[in-house]
Amino acid sequence: MSNRLSGQAAIVGIGATEFSKESGRSELQLSVEAIGHALADAGLVASDVDGLVTFTMDTSAEIAVGRELGMGDLRFFSRINYGGGAACGTVQQAAMAVATGVADVVVCYRGFNERSGSRFGQVSSWANAQVNTNGLDNAWSYPAGLSTPAATVAMQARRYMHETGATSEDFGRVAVADRRHAANNPAAFFYGKPITLADHQASRMIADPLHLLDCCQESDGAVALVVTTTERAKDLAHPAAVITAAAQGSAPDQFVMTSYYRPNIGIPEIGVVGRELWRQSELAPTDIATAVLYDHFTPYVLMQLEELGFCGVGEAKDFIADGAIEIGGRLPINTHGGQLGEAYIHGMNGIAEAVRQVRGTSVNQVDDVQHVLVTAGTGVPTSGLILSR
Amino acid sequence: MSDIDLREAVMAKALELQVMGETAPRYARDQVNQPMINNWVEAMGDSLSRYTQGEAPPAMAQVWTMGGLNPQRDPNDPLHSMMEFLTEQGFTAVLGTNCEQTYERYLRVGEQLSVTTVLDSVVGPKMTGVGEGYFVTTKSVWRVEDEVVATMLFRVLKYRPKQADANAVDPTKVLRPAINRDTEFFWEGTRQGELRLQQCGSCHELRHPPGPACPSCGEFDRTFVVSSGVGRLFSFVVHRYPAVPGKQLPLLLGLIELDEGVRMVAELVGMGPEDVEIDMPVQVAWQRIDDSLTLPVFERRS
Repeated sequence: MSNRLSGQAAIVGIGATEFSKESGRSELQLSVEAIGHALADAGLVASDVDGLVTFTMDTSAEIAVGRELGMGDLRFFSRINYGGGAACGTVQQAAMAVATGVADVVVCYRGFNERSGSRFGQVSSWANAQVNTNGLDNAWSYPAGLSTPAATVAMQARRYMHETGATSEDFGRVAVADRRHAANNPAAFFYGKPITLADHQASRMIADPLHLLDCCQESDGAVALVVTTTERAKDLAHPAAVITAAAQGSAPDQFVMTSYYRPNIGIPEIGVVGRELWRQSELAPTDIATAVLYDHFTPYVLMQLEELGFCGVGEAKDFIADGAIEIGGRLPINTHGGQLGEAYIHGMNGIAEAVRQVRGTSVNQVDDVQHVLVTAGTGVPTSGLILSR
Repeated sequence: MSDIDLREAVMAKALELQVMGETAPRYARDQVNQPMINNWVEAMGDSLSRYTQGEAPPAMAQVWTMGGLNPQRDPNDPLHSMMEFLTEQGFTAVLGTNCEQTYERYLRVGEQLSVTTVLDSVVGPKMTGVGEGYFVTTKSVWRVEDEVVATMLFRVLKYRPKQADANAVDPTKVLRPAINRDTEFFWEGTRQGELRLQQCGSCHELRHPPGPACPSCGEFDRTFVVSSGVGRLFSFVVHRYPAVPGKQLPLLLGLIELDEGVRMVAELVGMGPEDVEIDMPVQVAWQRIDDSLTLPVFERRS
């Protein structure tokens, strides 16, 4: 297999709105604001943009965004399916577009009122009513009552505990790390509000074995990322976050949140992503200084560490012990506070944090960062990136 | 007690209390007095000069006959008796809904008040947003000797809280499965009490969930077998939040590995959260929702 994408493109601008529970404005406005901030961060203007990428789930069409920002001709637009699994996939699309010359400057965006509007944590009746194969797939779980993201993950988490001996406390250590990092991040919803493992254990059960503090927030907000070629990036405002690897992944017998019918009901889709990231980058887990691991639910962070090769199968509970995933540990993760601590912007805020780590501007900066690994939502077809200095 | 019997019992109690008529007058602990008036107008921010010159605010009527910190219940008080009766019938919660007071004149310092209460009406059962209940209305009358000085109509809703009603969940509200020509055989089977598993007519591989092609050999030659409905629990969830349409919480959900070798998600019934464990033997049962939908559920197999 060839390796012609690595190093060709970079993230050169990041922007976001504030993260809240009630933005008080439209989803389109949120995205437009975030894109404006991202372009300003890059030192570019709207007329420089000729490509837009977002999630299939996003409610703001590329053309609506283009109109509001007064963009000119658009030559590339693309959308990625599967909820939060799309996050890094949008950057992959942008990277491929600029690397091939299909577009010069591509903006990836995601904006929603996911707390004050349609809440993902509630029963997703709409997902069951889709007239497509996803709707048909959900017929095998929703009518039985398995109909929230937390419950679908809880089914895998219970089995994972059974097979590995991991405990609820082990899941809680992810929440503690995230909230410790968020406590130091003024942009985080939970700024100044760290938690203890006892807080995690005392939080109410949502879908046993998942406590409330195993579940990410529901948030209003938007994030945008500006991608162009590494060559053009040299002339721009900030040091480029070079896209060393960008991958999507789905595994055999894949479903959306309910891949319960294959021999192992873990998350092999992120293993597919991981193998491709290592192949493209020619790096190994030991080269990664810090990672942003998609944390919609804490058990998935443990499973990701195993699938990505940071530790062996069943060893994540030992890998994360003694603060290893906190700042100062051997692999600090989610230094912005993650989606439990900063905000749930479908993984796009995590990519922005990876860019800050590469630039050296994170509020929880890790020393000597050369490469940062970022993942998108798992349990669904997913994606990942390695960003480098 | 049936719904009709219950209503009759409530109405009989109401009638019994109504015919007792007004309670005997209960006298105010103190006469209308200036120190209490001063406290009231200060708290209310009322600076009318007449309240410093020997008259009391009419809205204080109820204040004069309050029972104090440790009130003695009047055993003949019809409101108390009616509420107690409804509580015993399961209408445990209370919500004040109306309070209408009418004042005949200003009260004067030195006057001795008394109050009487009569059960005005009991109306119901009414289905309200908070639950089913009865509206209980009492009428209180304040007098100085025989002169009526103020009256009050006081209405409460005495109700059975919705959440406490185990039967409040409507199973027909469950989310309906999307069905197409690849999957309709399964749902036709559940209506007939058969747990049908797709089998490839060519290579005989079993498969669930079903689909149009065989992932093993690629043939479109679909048949099915009827499962024994027997298996073991591969994993499970105790769903506690949020509410799920048509389901009682906590909701037990299982991933069942059938003896035939395929897995299936279903509700676990006939057991509590503490009874569930991985590898527990289970067998299928049927939850008929209506003519168009029957869901497979699983219970413990002994």
